[in-house]
Amino acid sequence: MLHDHSDHHPDHALLPSDPALRVKALETLLVAKGLVDPAALDAIIETYAYKIGPRNGAAVVARAWTDPDFRAYLLRDATAAVREMGFYGRQGEHMVAVENTADLHNMVVCTLCSCYPWPLLGIPPDWYKSDAYRARAVREPRAVLADFGVSLPATCAVRVWDSTAEVRYLVIPQRPLGTEGLGADALAARVTRDGMIGTALL
Amino acid sequence: MTRPHDMGGRFGDGPVVPATDDAAFHADWHARALAITLACGALGKWNIDTSRHARECLSPQDYTRFSYYEKWLGGLAALLVAKGVVTRAELAGGPAALSYFGPSDLDPIDLDPRALRADAVAGVLAKGGASDRPSDTAPLFRAGDAVQTRRKAENTSVAGGHTRLPRYAAGTRGRVLRHHGTHVLPDAAAHGTPDQAEPLYAVAFKASDLWAHPEHPLDEVVLDLWQSYLQAAP
Repeated sequence: MLHDHSDHHPDHALLPSDPALRVKALETLLVAKGLVDPAALDAIIETYAYKIGPRNGAAVVARAWTDPDFRAYLLRDATAAVREMGFYGRQGEHMVAVENTADLHNMVVCTLCSCYPWPLLGIPPDWYKSDAYRARAVREPRAVLADFGVSLPATCAVRVWDSTAEVRYLVIPQRPLGTEGLGADALAARVTRDGMIGTALL
Repeated sequence: MTRPHDMGGRFGDGPVVPATDDAAFHADWHARALAITLACGALGKWNIDTSRHARECLSPQDYTRFSYYEKWLGGLAALLVAKGVVTRAELAGGPAALSYFGPSDLDPIDLDPRALRADAVAGVLAKGGASDRPSDTAPLFRAGDAVQTRRKAENTSVAGGHTRLPRYAAGTRGRVLRHHGTHVLPDAAAHGTPDQAEPLYAVAFKASDLWAHPEHPLDEVVLDLWQSYLQAAP
């Protein structure tokens, strides 16, 4: 079983110190033992580099803005609602959508690791995984928002969701003013990843 | 008391630096580290709570100095050895010892039957791993109920064990926002009891109950917390 390594060098220290070489050594060993298929690694990378990303979440948000029945469904049962759009899978098994209003701004963090709704937003950006965001988002969300150039009125509450379980949160940003005539595709193009994490306004 | 991953509320970190692009990976080895971690997870030797705990068990020195994917590699190396998938001698073998087997020399027919194959990747990622399970534990709380978190953010069964109650929210009064159903308890799942489930709740805490210097009286933090982390508040 896992144990603390006060008695000897940790296992990772047996590998090369340069991280890129460390990965290479581990891959070479695991491939040699028949435990990892390099083509499977390529397929995983291909999936998250090109196929699954924030455009999925943007399609969900745009539909919620334009389809009141879908919006109600999304707020009631986001897992089922986004699954009907084809978005389900690893790190998105239990979804909750939270809606920004003039009085309430939602923002998502994972202080303990880096939990994030992969099927809707892809792999989290570096800042989401940074110590600074994890440490500060719960204690001073407004100062963190200022790092993103966002300032909220004093009448607007901030609700920070710390993703401590397997539930993943999607922020539905407020629809930008002046977009009444736009269809779902054009609206989706206005939706940013940071807007769906809650560190940007649209 | 705690481990270095439990950093919510910590002072001293600098600004958050927004991204300048939407790229998923900023170095080839980052992508490779993620892919190897997922492929090894598919061997079925551990669960998500075990793998989180492995990263948390990095020494505070390593946890702090390591970049994100170095933490993943550190946790993965520990798991591979702890579960007997590889030996320390094999890890220490180095490129010279391994060059005998290049990936190009390996016929796919030699793949272990447990190994994740390329044609199975899409299905495995799409299937995910739901964490809700049936439970005999009846929900004690409903939306609106006042609750109080456990006084210490520690695993009650295993010293230094895994838990998902952050230190900053220990011993704090909050109110239940919603019941998520019954979910696997990480405190048990990380330590050999993978399917013990209990009610999970979203619990809202006033910033003024969490922090000595809250930014704004209206602000709240919501955490997902298992029933055994909570008791009814007067």
